[in-house]
Amino acid sequence: MKSKFKEIKSYDLDKEKVLKMYQDMLKIRYFENKITDLYSKGLMPGLAHLYIGEEAVAVGVCTNLTERDFAVSTHRGHGHLIAQGADLKKMMAEVLGKETGYCKGKSGSMHIMDVSKGILGANGIVGAGIPIATGSAYSAKLRGTDQVTISFFGEAASNQGTFHESINMAAAWKLPVVYICENNLYGISVDIRKVTATKDLAVRAKAYNIPGVVVDGNDVLEVYKVTKEAVERARKGEGPSLIECKTYRWKGHHVGDPGKVYRLEKETEEWKERCPIKTFRERLIKEKILSEEELSLIEKNTKEMIKEAADFAIQSPYPDEKEAYEDLFVEEKGVEVK
Amino acid sequence: MKVKKITYAQAVAEAIDEEMQRDNDVILLGEDVGILGGNFKATVGLYEKYGEWRVRDTPISENSFTGLGLGAALTGLRPIVEIMFGDFLMLALDQIGNQAAKIRYMSGGQAKVPLTIRTTLGGGRSSAAQHSQSLQALVCHIPGLKVVVPSSAAEAKGLLKTAIRDDNPVIFFENKMEYNKIYEVPEEEYTIPFGVANILREGEDITIVGTSNQALNALKAAEELTKEGIEAEIIDPRTLVPLDKNTIIKSVKKTGRLLIVDEGYERCGAAGEIAMSILKDVFYYLDGPIERLTTANLPLPFSPVLEFPIIPDEKKIYQKAKEMVKG
Repeated sequence: MKSKFKEIKSYDLDKEKVLKMYQDMLKIRYFENKITDLYSKGLMPGLAHLYIGEEAVAVGVCTNLTERDFAVSTHRGHGHLIAQGADLKKMMAEVLGKETGYCKGKSGSMHIMDVSKGILGANGIVGAGIPIATGSAYSAKLRGTDQVTISFFGEAASNQGTFHESINMAAAWKLPVVYICENNLYGISVDIRKVTATKDLAVRAKAYNIPGVVVDGNDVLEVYKVTKEAVERARKGEGPSLIECKTYRWKGHHVGDPGKVYRLEKETEEWKERCPIKTFRERLIKEKILSEEELSLIEKNTKEMIKEAADFAIQSPYPDEKEAYEDLFVEEKGVEVK
Repeated sequence: MKVKKITYAQAVAEAIDEEMQRDNDVILLGEDVGILGGNFKATVGLYEKYGEWRVRDTPISENSFTGLGLGAALTGLRPIVEIMFGDFLMLALDQIGNQAAKIRYMSGGQAKVPLTIRTTLGGGRSSAAQHSQSLQALVCHIPGLKVVVPSSAAEAKGLLKTAIRDDNPVIFFENKMEYNKIYEVPEEEYTIPFGVANILREGEDITIVGTSNQALNALKAAEELTKEGIEAEIIDPRTLVPLDKNTIIKSVKKTGRLLIVDEGYERCGAAGEIAMSILKDVFYYLDGPIERLTTANLPLPFSPVLEFPIIPDEKKIYQKAKEMVKG
């Protein structure tokens, strides 16, 4: 794929914001490299679904959000959470199942929530977050706020009923929600091109009479730009949009899955060449936005942040066994669980 | 206490109306809840009073409008979602069972889900296999949901108001066969707490626990049993989750016999669960085995001559109780 990059200056972004976008992408990459490392050392129970290679989507989208907005994530949610400003230490501790984690060790990687930041949860069921995001948007509209909700989901979720049912309602009632379809081509092993006849999934927007846009999901600035339009549209009360971000997951379905049986190595290598972080870095230097020294310093600092988060998580205690019996119901002592 | 005579459907509508008036965050959504006033006329007048944003007619998308209710509950509203027939719960089970029930727990207590899902149970209308089931056990099985099975109109009203005010997901089963029946309902405002069973009648010889309107059927059966010299104690548990085990245990210790009547299927049903959950506490007080009357483990057939024999009723309760006491 040929580069179609436009000048960074042509996007309405100050240097500080561009720097933050670069650093947020790095945070996601380093965070996941670190958990891969912790997994291989046997420090992480269960699994985690890695977002490496898709960082430009989460960062491009979330750069448009204010603190009051909402987002609903997926099983591959680290990127969305980090881009919304989730606490790295609490995230890392949760992934390791520690008491100090976001959810006290009850969610692991796949269900992290930060209600205070409007992060309405990563979700283990494909497509299940789409109606929840739609309800969040209904709530914002009824409460008369200008809050926007982002609904992240993968290409495979676009074949769930919830995708169609939810977009249908959001379109009918002009709800302030932006549907972000991260098309990384594979639902575990199933190639979307083998189970769906249309080349682009964004064309489905037409069926619901809302805008549908395809964007290079590896170009953080383009993702930012098209989402900006959709977010503004939503804030103005003009209803939802569907944005399909074409991207690729470098790793297998989850840590420990080589991801090689169902796709060609050549394809993976080609996408790696188009690394969203590497290409953005090259542009920043070429266009003299940030110097090599400035970038190296950001990289060094970010690595340090991730190391601190990992150290915090590793040193944190596991929750007490009694914790399993807490938080089922709102009541302080809970309703009897047996 | 001043009372008025209204139908069960009107009592439901009153509960919703009072709560919508009390709290602007309460909204109602579901199929035909708006202009039509509900398929069972249990939401009449609300659309006209509160408008389409608070009383929302949805498309036929049970799973997603339940999820929409959940998303709204997570972000400041207090939605009531109507699933017209309990059978349709199966269409929304992901949002109910994997999402609403678990989000608070998975979030480590950060989130709260003030969501009420109103649905129906009960056969006897010749509605056949997909519109007649009593699926309360299905949701009782999933931790994180409160499950309400009210009996009369007054009970439905007081318990529904509690459900709406509860900060947890509540599945509220209205009884289709009751909607048009007229009951006495208190004039003044009241609520009924969860987890507190109602002793409808005291007796010494047998305890009969009846869920939903089976408590009322049991009460009628008890009047007949008196003629046989049998005094039955009738308990309406009101809520299956949480379950007021103590009231049942205390009663069975007194009577030595327990019959549980629930219109759900027998296998893995609420009746079996109630029995097992109290057995250890009453074992040495029992004069005979605990018995249950439920719907047979069959799809509900259409023809009345096929349908009525396989669901519990007043006569079956009378027969079974008599057998249990007199042998």
